[in-house]
Amino acid sequence: MGLALLLVVLKTMALRTGNEHYNRSARFWAKIFAINFAMGVVTGIPMEFQFGTNWARFSRAAGGVIGQTLAMEGVFSFFLESTFLGLFLFGEKRLGQLGHWVSAFMVFLGSWLSGFFIIATDSWMQHPVGYELGPKGEIVLTSVWALLTNPWVVWQYFHNMTASVLTGSAVMASVGAYYLLVGAHLAYGKTFVRLGVIAGCIACVVLIFPTGDGQGKMVAQHQPVTLAAMEGLFDTEQGADMVILGQPDMEKMKLDNPLKIPNMLSFLTYQRWKAEIKGLRAFPKDQWPDNIPLLYFSYHIMVGLGTIMLLLLAVSLLLLRGDALFRQPFMLWCLMLLLPFPYVATTAGWITAEVGRQPWLIYGLMRTSEGTSPYVSAGNGLFTLLGFMGLYTLLGILFLFMVHREIEHGPEGG
Amino acid sequence: METIWFCLVAVMIAAYVVFDGFDIGAGIIHMFVARTNEERRQVLLSIGPVWDGNEVWLLAAGGTLYFAFPPLYSSSFSGFYLPLMMVLWLLILRGISIEFRNHIDSPIWQPLWDRVFSGASALLAIFFGAALGNVVRGVPIDATGFFFLPLWTNFQPGQEAGILDWYTIPVGLTAFLTLAVHGAFWVSLKTAGAVQMRARAAARTLWWGLAALTVLITVLSFRIQPHLAEQYGQRPWGFLFPAIGVAGFLGMKFYGNRARDLAAFLASSTFIVGMLTSATFGLFPYVLPASPDVSLSLTVYNSAASDYGLKVGLAWWIPGMLLVAAYFVFTYRHFAGKVAVNEEY
Ligand code: HDD
Ligand code: HEM
Ligand code: HEM
Repeated sequence: MGLALLLVVLKTMALRTGNEHYNRSARFWAKIFAINFAMGVVTGIPMEFQFGTNWARFSRAAGGVIGQTLAMEGVFSFFLESTFLGLFLFGEKRLGQLGHWVSAFMVFLGSWLSGFFIIATDSWMQHPVGYELGPKGEIVLTSVWALLTNPWVVWQYFHNMTASVLTGSAVMASVGAYYLLVGAHLAYGKTFVRLGVIAGCIACVVLIFPTGDGQGKMVAQHQPVTLAAMEGLFDTEQGADMVILGQPDMEKMKLDNPLKIPNMLSFLTYQRWKAEIKGLRAFPKDQWPDNIPLLYFSYHIMVGLGTIMLLLLAVSLLLLRGDALFRQPFMLWCLMLLLPFPYVATTAGWITAEVGRQPWLIYGLMRTSEGTSPYVSAGNGLFTLLGFMGLYTLLGILFLFMVHREIEHGPEGG
Repeated sequence: METIWFCLVAVMIAAYVVFDGFDIGAGIIHMFVARTNEERRQVLLSIGPVWDGNEVWLLAAGGTLYFAFPPLYSSSFSGFYLPLMMVLWLLILRGISIEFRNHIDSPIWQPLWDRVFSGASALLAIFFGAALGNVVRGVPIDATGFFFLPLWTNFQPGQEAGILDWYTIPVGLTAFLTLAVHGAFWVSLKTAGAVQMRARAAARTLWWGLAALTVLITVLSFRIQPHLAEQYGQRPWGFLFPAIGVAGFLGMKFYGNRARDLAAFLASSTFIVGMLTSATFGLFPYVLPASPDVSLSLTVYNSAASDYGLKVGLAWWIPGMLLVAAYFVFTYRHFAGKVAVNEEY
């Protein structure tokens, strides 16, 4: 999704300057986009099926609500994307430059719409709205509008999309830095680093404030027990500290080796230094997320990486003036090695959101254990899980192999 | 309202089978009608820009089924757990073989993906057919509204039914041949030269096999699902649907013999629509008949979502589908004509 935006930027620059350099850059990234897209399609289909195959009781109860957003995603975004991606990849000559720009824009629009609908689905599971309970325990939709304008979705959507832009930008900057360091495709390397650093830096700022902050406030308001677990806060405090480092000890119910900023958590959550934040002990144990250390660490990994990436990108941005950055091997090395970290942060963020929602499948309405398919035995579940693990390992290897080839091949030929 | 959505979902499924059907069909005949690397490239190029959009019909139909009939979606998807997982694996393998084949020129890379593409397409056609067979035959839904079917038991469609039995296997093979012929017409429409000649010949030969199987499964279906005879007996106007199917079927022969590729392709599309609508009409109001105890069947009425949901659904579904129709018209016109042998893109 992030790369889709960057492709539009590259095509726009090509249109405005008439410089073939940007068109070649766009064609190069389009190839990588196509490989990603193929991965997105083949792994997305199992997720859509999974609602019915593995979560049948959940689907029967909630299908009338979340089926709406999933069907909208199919009708409004998948068709849009797949149609225009076909045109974008296969039709540059026949469409002409303006037509090609339009198809790039439509791919971007489609993928960002897709992101919206799926995030709206997830948000509803985090914070259900616009429903009432029917006579047989089924969840009946009462307002699609409420579903689409869920207060949770606003923050979650923009946080996610900026995370995607950061990911795409980091990949672009990293590939550019690699070209500069090995001394190949220099003109392209500079373009990629410049675009990657600028877009990445903007995205990283918005990612942290206001969207990350907004997500945190949503959690504090609607899932206070999750907040306590994320922060590793065991006891209720007036003026809670923000933990930078430390290891939760679940037996003794305390945090080992804490490194803290005093009162910061209270301030960030409620804008008052002495505001009260409830700790885990204030909630009954059956409301606690199942795996608190996992939740705590994944949250801290996300936030820690976000901070580090912002620093790195901000320094790079300053060095871009007068092209000093391109003469700084150390910074180029840092940028090149940045590549995996947005992926790690994104995965950690999802683990935070999803483990944080436990033990609920739909927060406050349905427990995860109540949502399964009743007649799918553990043996069958394990069989198919192993099948997917094997197949996804293969996909992962193929993906890396194909992308590596494109990068080695470089943008010059296209 | 429920009946409207029932028809809309049926239309979307039919659209899926017609559209994705031809690229699955092209995959089935891929190894046979295209022999050299260049020829195989031609077949892939003929579906390259459109196959993904075609597959989206499956997702859109699935999503629509999900929100309009949640109990049906959850019961059938969990009950058909194993075959669906295999369908997913096949879809994954098929998708990557189409996308990745042409990235690398190597005498071991391309032949590998050609075989994966062809094999996955063939198995998909059979699985989809068998799934339809299961729906017609009925499944052992119990009082909780759920069921689970193993892949096979003793191949008897009785008490301990499995996914595959002597009724559903012929249905699977019929689907296989239907899509093979449908795909052959598409390939002859989009290519020239040797590939086109072989695809036309394949369609003509396979048609006879399809004729035999279609008669067979029609007879078997009426034996295995008594509701079909009841429904057609009570509402004879429904014979319209089988008539459409028969007309399409004869059209396939007629135009196929005269090498009128576009007309033949449209005829096979008509045949597919006719067959699917005949089956859905015959089952109505059941959407998933229960096999020992018919009273536990899922019907259009007991599995629909709330009235509000269905009504707002219409408000976005109609404009959404108009847009989709516009995209499809645009793409198919844009990529109309034959694929060139050495096309660069
Ligand atoms: C590049 C990735 C990335 C980075 C650097 C950050 N995040 Fe994040 N974050 C995500 C990627 C992400 C995500 C993967 O996109 C999540 C997972 C679920 C979601 O909606 O977005 C997420 C969720 C998420 C949540 C919701 C957890 C829940 O729902 O329980 C909060 C409170 C934050 N983030 C806060 C932050 C803060 C304060 C950050 C900066 C210091 C930060 N994130 C950096
Ligand atoms: C359970 C959750 C999800 C389901 C069921 C799902 C379903 C799907 C499906 C079926 C596709 C393929 C569509 C096609 O043929 O083009 C797809 C692709 C896509 N999905 Fe998801 N998805 C899920 C999670 C997500 C998330 C979390 C995001 C991002 C926030 C997302 C954004 C996209 C995008 C942008 C595409 C287009 C493909 C690409 O650009 O790589 N999806 N998804
Ligand atoms: C890519 C990011 C995602 C990751 C890493 C992720 C990870 C997780 C994890 C760790 C759990 C908790 C498992 C447990 O404790 O039992 C979970 C649960 C769940 N997630 Fe996600 N998830 C992601 C995206 C999504 C999206 C986008 C959706 C829906 C649209 C979704 C739907 C669910 C559901 C239904 C559950 C409950 C089932 C369960 O607990 O396993 N997930 N996910």
